[in-house]
Amino acid sequence: MFKSFEPNKIFAITIKAPKYVLFLFIVVLTIGLTEALVLSPQDYKQSDAVRIMYVHVPAAWISLGIFSSLALLSIGSFVFKNKNFALIAKSLAPSGFVFNIIALVTGSIWGKPTWGTWWAWDARITSMLILALFYGMYLLAWRIYENKEQVIKVTSLIAILGVINVPIIKFSVDWWNTLHQPASINILSTNTAIHTSMLIPLGIMTAAFALFSLLIFLMKYNTELIKVKNKGLDRL
Amino acid sequence: MINELISMNGYGPYVWSAFSFTLFSFTTLYFVTKLQLLKEQKRFASKFGCLNVEKAKAARSQNINREILSNTSNI
Repeated sequence: MFKSFEPNKIFAITIKAPKYVLFLFIVVLTIGLTEALVLSPQDYKQSDAVRIMYVHVPAAWISLGIFSSLALLSIGSFVFKNKNFALIAKSLAPSGFVFNIIALVTGSIWGKPTWGTWWAWDARITSMLILALFYGMYLLAWRIYENKEQVIKVTSLIAILGVINVPIIKFSVDWWNTLHQPASINILSTNTAIHTSMLIPLGIMTAAFALFSLLIFLMKYNTELIKVKNKGLDRL
Repeated sequence: MINELISMNGYGPYVWSAFSFTLFSFTTLYFVTKLQLLKEQKRFASKFGCLNVEKAKAARSQNINREILSNTSNI
């Protein structure tokens, strides 16, 4: 089932794809930034501070999405004994971590004009910080452990344990009284508290961020494959 | 128009710092990842150059090695 996705077969595509993804990312980001900073309207309550949403929300979504993917790939790596899953997860983690940090920092910047504070130990913010710690542990484990079998086990364990935090982040605003506002967009329903004039730039910026994470993933995946091939040359 | 865009009704420092931090993080991550890729490609090319004819032929028989070499020559 996974034979057609073996590194040897897809490398010709993954090595050429980054330049096209980079071009597409620049185009989509330029449109997204114009929409987010110039064309989209101010909020009636938050005024122009609402524009921070266009970087904060996509970064948070993508960091959560990537961590969920890490956990799924880790489970897949255990079930199918396929080391390529671990390599894909390892290549996804750096962009997920950076998006997590962006969500925390931009959230903090947004907090100052809207809540009057840079930081609050609120359920949503604290659970996002815990996610950053899981990302940190995951990336650190890949650096610390030399033994391949051991590192796959440890990183998988971190990803599987850490994914328990993902629904906590999602529902924290419903389960506890938080400073953070409840979700304004529900992908399972057509009801959204955001007007289309703001939803469109948000969608474009999310697409740009997703393209950036794809770009970093492809470059990192190629690096990892070449590392494997370098070891192969040593064995010749 | 430009002044309005910069001041953002007094929220300019917050909005611009959030966007600047995001773009700075993107640029840093992109260049760090790119440098790591170039370093591995160069290492591969130099290791390949040290192989004897027979081993080089064996290594070249793999598609992935040929792809790495062809991309390394473009650096």
